[in-house]
Amino acid sequence: MSKPVIATASLAGCFGCHMSILDIDERILQLVELVEFNKSPIDDIKTFTKPVDIGLIEGGCCNSENVENLRSFRANCKILISVGECAIMGGLPAMRNGIPIRECLEEAYFHTPTIDPADPRIMPHDEELPVILDRVYPNHEIVPVDYYLPGCPPSADLIWKALVALLEGKPLDLSYGLIKFD
Amino acid sequence: MPKGIIETVVARHRKDRTRLLDIVRDVREELGRITPEDTALIAASLGVSTIEVEGVVTFYHFFGNEAAGTYAVYLNTNIVAAMKGSTAIKAVFEKAAGVPFGNVTPDGRIGLHETSCIGMNDQEPSAIINGTIFTRLTPAKAKALVTAMEAGKDIRKLAVPLGDGANASKVVRSMVHNNIRRKGPVLFAPFRSGSALKKAASLSPEDVIAEVKRANLLGRGGAGFPTGLKWEFCRREKGQPHYVVCNADEGEPGTFKDRVILTEMPHLLFEGMALAGYAIGASEGVLYLRGEYAYLKPHLEKVLAGMRRKKWLGTGIAGKRGFTFDIAVMLGAGAYICGEESALIESAQGNRGEPRDRPPFPVQNGYFGKPTTVNNVETLCAAARILAKGADWFKTLGTPRSAGTKVLSVSGDCKKPGVYEVPFGLSVASLLAMAGGGDARAVQVGGPSGACIPRAQFERAIAFEDLATGGSVIVFGPERDLFEVVRNFMDFFVEESCGWCTPCRVGNVLLKRELEKIMAGKGTVRDLEEIEAWGKMIKATSRCGLGQTSPNPILTTLQNFREMYMAKVDAGRAFISEFDLEEAIRPAVAVTGQKPAGHAAEADHE
Amino acid sequence: MSNIIKITIDGRECTARPGQTVLEAAAANGIYIPSLCRFEGLKPAGSCRVCTVRVGGRYQASCTFPVSEGMAVESAVPDLEDMRKAIVEMLFVEGNHMCPTCEKSGNCELQALAYRFRMLVPRFPYLFPKKAVEPAGSKLLMEQNRCIKCLRCATGIRTKDNKKVFGPLHRSVEKKLFVDPALASALPERWARKAMDRCPVGCILRKEVGFAVPVGRRKYDKAPIGSDIEKPRS
Repeated sequence: MSKPVIATASLAGCFGCHMSILDIDERILQLVELVEFNKSPIDDIKTFTKPVDIGLIEGGCCNSENVENLRSFRANCKILISVGECAIMGGLPAMRNGIPIRECLEEAYFHTPTIDPADPRIMPHDEELPVILDRVYPNHEIVPVDYYLPGCPPSADLIWKALVALLEGKPLDLSYGLIKFD
Repeated sequence: MPKGIIETVVARHRKDRTRLLDIVRDVREELGRITPEDTALIAASLGVSTIEVEGVVTFYHFFGNEAAGTYAVYLNTNIVAAMKGSTAIKAVFEKAAGVPFGNVTPDGRIGLHETSCIGMNDQEPSAIINGTIFTRLTPAKAKALVTAMEAGKDIRKLAVPLGDGANASKVVRSMVHNNIRRKGPVLFAPFRSGSALKKAASLSPEDVIAEVKRANLLGRGGAGFPTGLKWEFCRREKGQPHYVVCNADEGEPGTFKDRVILTEMPHLLFEGMALAGYAIGASEGVLYLRGEYAYLKPHLEKVLAGMRRKKWLGTGIAGKRGFTFDIAVMLGAGAYICGEESALIESAQGNRGEPRDRPPFPVQNGYFGKPTTVNNVETLCAAARILAKGADWFKTLGTPRSAGTKVLSVSGDCKKPGVYEVPFGLSVASLLAMAGGGDARAVQVGGPSGACIPRAQFERAIAFEDLATGGSVIVFGPERDLFEVVRNFMDFFVEESCGWCTPCRVGNVLLKRELEKIMAGKGTVRDLEEIEAWGKMIKATSRCGLGQTSPNPILTTLQNFREMYMAKVDAGRAFISEFDLEEAIRPAVAVTGQKPAGHAAEADHE
Repeated sequence: MSNIIKITIDGRECTARPGQTVLEAAAANGIYIPSLCRFEGLKPAGSCRVCTVRVGGRYQASCTFPVSEGMAVESAVPDLEDMRKAIVEMLFVEGNHMCPTCEKSGNCELQALAYRFRMLVPRFPYLFPKKAVEPAGSKLLMEQNRCIKCLRCATGIRTKDNKKVFGPLHRSVEKKLFVDPALASALPERWARKAMDRCPVGCILRKEVGFAVPVGRRKYDKAPIGSDIEKPRS
């Protein structure tokens, strides 16, 4: 029997959740025994090469590329998990929700203190660039999401226990302290 | 100078914090606005914190706008107004005044504001401008009103032609029509002044209560609590003094019967209040009149003055020593929640109209913490009639469980909208036949907080044992989109929630959002299950009657018109995203000028 | 009055004193009924509804509902527990609760209830309202993204001459709590701290104070809210 396949992605996140995945320490050796990684920044596989069992998504959707990426994960993964506050509720990037997009962009590209007053004011507009969305979206508003692992980041223990429970087909024992939103 | 004016107003109300609503109303009338500076001046004059005064000012719809305009137009946008053309009237006002609703013209002259039901459903579209009611508005009339306001004319002069009955009297001078379509023996039969009071004075207070109990009079506001029992509980309470409060804050969309009773039968009502006072041992009564009906206040004051002259109010009523009672009229300021008795009491004390926890009930801890009986206008009128004509006579009317008559406010898709006094037990179908609404698709009985019933249930009876109602009956014809009706009702509850408790404040917003998702064709069967579950939860956990009934428009249509919902949802799909990539990138594209190529285009054609 | 009232909570026999609320009686018998807006020593507002119980088939807020002889209270039953969780979820979507950035995280009662109820994601859509951080006089800040309208500040913080320092403005979902800025500025330091400590979430903040307790030693890091009250069934 082939090993279950895992893929991961960081959308509008800070890679902190990926760091937390790596934080399972020596258990990572066990994990590599248990599963095979496909598309993921961890192994640098850029595109899906086979059907995936579990997709772990860090970050919500703040631009068109995030949406594309998320949809492709949904299409290729049997189980999709939102990992971390940003994936679940937009997180820190969502602090801009409610602020008009023009204000956000002008703040970032025109008024930021690091901009040399002598420089021309240019708003990035190359068509190769992802387009920023009107607000940051939690992933489950865009595609169906199967499970949620909260935290900023979720603890390595939570990620480990959740993966093991899924792989073994057992319910996840959420003892107190495992769930944290910070 | 604002400071001088405010200090004068506050002094006129004896620096009494409990008269804050009157103070704010007067200041607003004299200054044409209430700014934060005005609020601070009022607070300083009363010796309270600014946040306390601001809290009251911002609670009430008719106070809330910082700048209301020299002429403040409040256009009714409830469902029946919309059915009768308020949308077109709204557009005319906006075009003529040059500002959208929710704004004041740059010169500060005309303010356009939307408001929920103003109690004129039988003569929509309607609006209130500086307290004056305008009914049956046409585009031409709306345009003429704007022209007159721009010219600084006295708006009251444009309220023509005058209505019928007391509406045309010198003291009322209103366009409002009574539209009494059917007079019954309890409310609208001729009434000889003093007949109820003389009878009451000949009995002991306990016997008055016994007579009302024997008549099986149940509260007409909708809840149907036995009136005699309420009076008995109140009488027994030791705290002094006791108070009678009349709830004339009918705010349930579609109800207007109290307006007609107050216009034509105020003497009957006031006798009812006085004898209630006699029964419970109170010498003071308060009539809490909804702000929308402020135009009736001079009329009511005049009737009260007349009754005082004839000794039907004051001391020694009906020649009986110790029978002392008088009535003060207090005005609300636009808040549906104040129809809830404990919120009404809070408002009458000059506070935000937020309900209290119960127990203790108002009969124990009411107006100023004293034993208080709060009764509906119609209930007190019926009590007066019971005293005048006897409990036995009263019980010959209606059904064994629901004695007497009910005054119904009928509006919507029917030929003869207006007020109908009918015996309890009448079927919806018979009512529709009377009102000329026989082809109705659905009838909303009891207003938004009541039930929306289909044709198959039109044989049901209007009575406490079947369809209990405070009196609002709205008829929806065969072509009406009930989703629009439900959405309008949910808008109403979202706006009118006092915001005290979580389920009502937040839950109704979520329900409305879910409803709109379904209406937009983005709903699934799971969404239907959720909206039902959420609705039940909000009903269970809300603090007062508002939240305990606010999901009813959704829940009763889900129950009675399920096919309508099923037709809107995609039964084959488990998940439908409301997300639309093209819409989501539009604002950024507008700013950057970026071509939505690459990711966006691909992603959307997945 | 010295008489003792007998009631049952989820079938467990309990004794109560006349005048006690159901929630107080439960606590005195070692039963925790989750609550949020209530604060020991203040008149309960009954605003959050988390403590909803069922008595005789009717739903009541246990923080305001008085006990009476023979009363049978349902509390820790699945449908009520789901309602409590739903109310907490409503509060999470009503505001913008960015726990990772919050000074109160770990000591926040809203968050603690979400942990206790094992909330992973609210069942409701996030509303993302536009709210601001507002100065509330010279000593305090109000982070309006986090306010849950519990009314503890309005009830519990007054001046010496009994003027309200905090109070509600507006109504419906627009409702917000704010201050009389002059009175808030004049609050003695002890009371400014009290205002912050009484706030169950991170809305009322003493300027220049925060993140004083390290992660791991905060109030709800190790044990769930209510565990100080709960006694195992004997």
